[in-house]
Amino acid sequence: MKLELRNITKRFGTLTANDNISLTLEPGEIHSLLGENGAGKSTLMNVLYGLLQPDEGEILIDGASVKFNGPGDAMAAGIGMVHQHFMLIPVFTVAENVVLGNEPTSKLGSLDLEKARALVKEISDRFGFQIDPDAKIQDLPVGAQQRVEIIKSLARNAKALVLDEPTAVLTPQETDELMDIMRGLAKSGTSIIFITHKLREVQQVSERITVIRQGKVVASPSPKASASELASLMVGREVDLNIKRKPPKVGAETLVIRDLTVLDDRQHQMVDGVSFSVRDGEVLAIAGVQGNGQTELAEAILGLRKIHSGSIEVAGRDLTKSTVREVLEAGLGYIPEDRKKDGLVGDFTISENLMLDGSYAPPFAKGFEIDFANRDRIAEELIAEFDIRTPSATTLVKQLSGGNQQKVVVARELGRELKVLVASQPTRGVDVGSIEFIHEQIIAARDAGKSVVIISTELDEVLALADRIAVMYRGRIVGIVDSKATREKLGKMMAGIAA
Amino acid sequence: MSAKKASNVSQIQEDRVNSVLREIMAGDPVRIALSVLLGFFIGAIFMVVFNTDVVKSWSNFGADPNLALSTVWWTVQDGYGALFTGSVFNLSAGSFVEGIRPLTETLRFAAPLIMAGLGVALTFRVGLFNIGATGQIMMGLAGATFISTRTHMPIILHMLVAVLAAIICAMLWGVVVGVLKARTGAHEVIVTIMLNYVATSLFTYLLREPNLLLEANGAGTPKSDNPDGTARLGRLLGPDFNLHYGLIFAILAVFAYWWLMERSTFGFRFKMVGHNASAARTAGIKVENTFIWALAISAAFAGLAAANQGLSVDGGLTASIEAGIGFDAITVALLGGSRAGGVVMAGLLFGAFKAGSATMQVSGVSPEVLGVVKALIVLFIAAPPIIRAFYRLPSPSIKIIESAQKAKAAKVVS
Repeated sequence: MKLELRNITKRFGTLTANDNISLTLEPGEIHSLLGENGAGKSTLMNVLYGLLQPDEGEILIDGASVKFNGPGDAMAAGIGMVHQHFMLIPVFTVAENVVLGNEPTSKLGSLDLEKARALVKEISDRFGFQIDPDAKIQDLPVGAQQRVEIIKSLARNAKALVLDEPTAVLTPQETDELMDIMRGLAKSGTSIIFITHKLREVQQVSERITVIRQGKVVASPSPKASASELASLMVGREVDLNIKRKPPKVGAETLVIRDLTVLDDRQHQMVDGVSFSVRDGEVLAIAGVQGNGQTELAEAILGLRKIHSGSIEVAGRDLTKSTVREVLEAGLGYIPEDRKKDGLVGDFTISENLMLDGSYAPPFAKGFEIDFANRDRIAEELIAEFDIRTPSATTLVKQLSGGNQQKVVVARELGRELKVLVASQPTRGVDVGSIEFIHEQIIAARDAGKSVVIISTELDEVLALADRIAVMYRGRIVGIVDSKATREKLGKMMAGIAA
Repeated sequence: MSAKKASNVSQIQEDRVNSVLREIMAGDPVRIALSVLLGFFIGAIFMVVFNTDVVKSWSNFGADPNLALSTVWWTVQDGYGALFTGSVFNLSAGSFVEGIRPLTETLRFAAPLIMAGLGVALTFRVGLFNIGATGQIMMGLAGATFISTRTHMPIILHMLVAVLAAIICAMLWGVVVGVLKARTGAHEVIVTIMLNYVATSLFTYLLREPNLLLEANGAGTPKSDNPDGTARLGRLLGPDFNLHYGLIFAILAVFAYWWLMERSTFGFRFKMVGHNASAARTAGIKVENTFIWALAISAAFAGLAAANQGLSVDGGLTASIEAGIGFDAITVALLGGSRAGGVVMAGLLFGAFKAGSATMQVSGVSPEVLGVVKALIVLFIAAPPIIRAFYRLPSPSIKIIESAQKAKAAKVVS
């Protein structure tokens, strides 16, 4: 099946999300769609999947124009979509999930699970997926769940698959397996649109690349292009992906964590006897696949989550039982992993967000009243210092781009006297330009003698920033290695294999 | 992983509910004004459809279409004209003093609505849907009545102590809600509804107690003595007008509310919790304690409304002195967008309804029309799509798609 998107334009009010985009998907081809957040990738795919109607342009299948009024039409035409967040029912088996919405029935109209099972087995064997049709989804690892999603599409005779950021939740090994699966599918004639922002994966697997920037196709580079070239195309200017840093000048151990155990809301042990220490002037990165206890660890350090056992010390002071405010006042800066939920108040202005955790005391307060003059002065200073791109300090934070929102958080936390900085996913959902800037700021904090902890699921980020790397797996630290560790070694550790 | 996803789904649904509630409680001025307009318009339809003159003239529409149409016009004009005469200025009055009296009556009725409305507005800003003003007013009435009928003090001091007693009693009632919410997670809507029942019955119970609030030489029905002259809220503009010092308290309350919410660090904390409790917690704020404080301060405003009622009566009071203020306060807060200025405007509108309903009745229009208008206004505010559809306003769905896509994009990169 040859799929063509021809001159697609989609506008939302004054915003043109897709501006005259054309894209061709040949049979059996892996075509990567590369672009920053907000470049228009998701809009384009929603148009293709019938979730949005284009204002101009058309979709052609094998040369014939088609119109999709909803995902049902797109599926019927042979287009399958694997969303980043899986659409699976955890307590159902693989076979049940695969046929859901399209159930085979016996002559009497009852559900024919045998047929479903055979279907899953046939597809799984054909592509070497190794999926047991009777396994419950909740018992499968994430990589296998993703394969179930792919089977779901194939079971409906999808000839073109859209994979939306499929590697975000995978370990490096699982990512490699997915790449193999993609190649196998392509060989058998299924074409794939691969949406991602990870340059390494694009280089590995694509036959063609289309780069989108600000709603327009800006280039179709060769898959042999270097990572820096691809990044520059994505951002629209020269990008240096390598951060220059001096060797660390380490000082005293300022953050010391001993035998820390933390439970989540359902009383599951999410952090299990973790110990580490961070010295002034170094960056310790905590790597690992999402959901292995990093969130709970960060929340416990801040005092948001109760500590079950163990201890946390900052500069010799025990903070195990401290409130969040006491921890902040002890000199800990905190960048939460989900800035919208935990880091910012979207309906507040930038200047208000910059005083979120200090509004009760000078310089932000004068007695019981807010010191508006100081608030505005500090906001102007931080906006300039941290390069927050905004029309004014009174702009609502929710109107800023992800990168600028994150700079507000970084500015607030680094804008006061710190001993320790704990940053979770400091560049998640942030454009490449802002990533560069935020990384520079973090390294600057380290060079200024602060103890820095980076919690990141992005191996590239970990390798770019860390002086030492601790890998977390199922609530435990598998090992702590220095920054010269190879990707392969870290990948194994992320899967729980001790170094 | 899978369970985490399931919780994500419910999280999204919860977010949607919260964002709708927040839209309703925050209130956009244009939408509110349009709601008021539409409420009056539908109220006019009610007046017309159930008016016998109109029905008669329309049955002869073929013979005299002009009469049919003009009857409609005059009916509406009579009805809302009477509302104006009864609440703003009486054009046919003999003297200026007579003419201006309706306006002072509007102010008198508006004062307690504004004070209680500010209280409810405060909790809205903290993200709490507090409907407990009724109960807090009842408790405030108990405090004010006890001080004003059972103790004796010099003039003014007596009044101030009675007002203070009303505030403290109401606050204690508010704190109960806050503590239940903070410590047990009980939802404030259910807690406040139930505590309203408790407080109303408790107040009547106290009114029956000879040692507490029951009148000295009464027939045994639950009714209090008249407040001591020293504790009464005196008349503000002399004996010609009923307007009393409650208005001054209302004005002070408006300024206090404005300072608290717009200038003080407490207000900043309240708003932070209201907009994003999770971020507030991460910023070191004890969200549960903030709920308790907000409900306590909110109840203090309700206590002021109680004092206004309890210290201005003639001839003793019963539980009916509350006069639906606690419930109207919710409407006033919604209508006022929870802002100081908005609450004043909404309180004046509802005060005018109360002041003008008698005149309306005299002119032959059932004042219940105003009840319909009031209820419809709230309904329209609570259901923004109705107003958008009626006035063909642009739907915010474009924004929703955009922000949903942005939110998705933010999640995708990891």
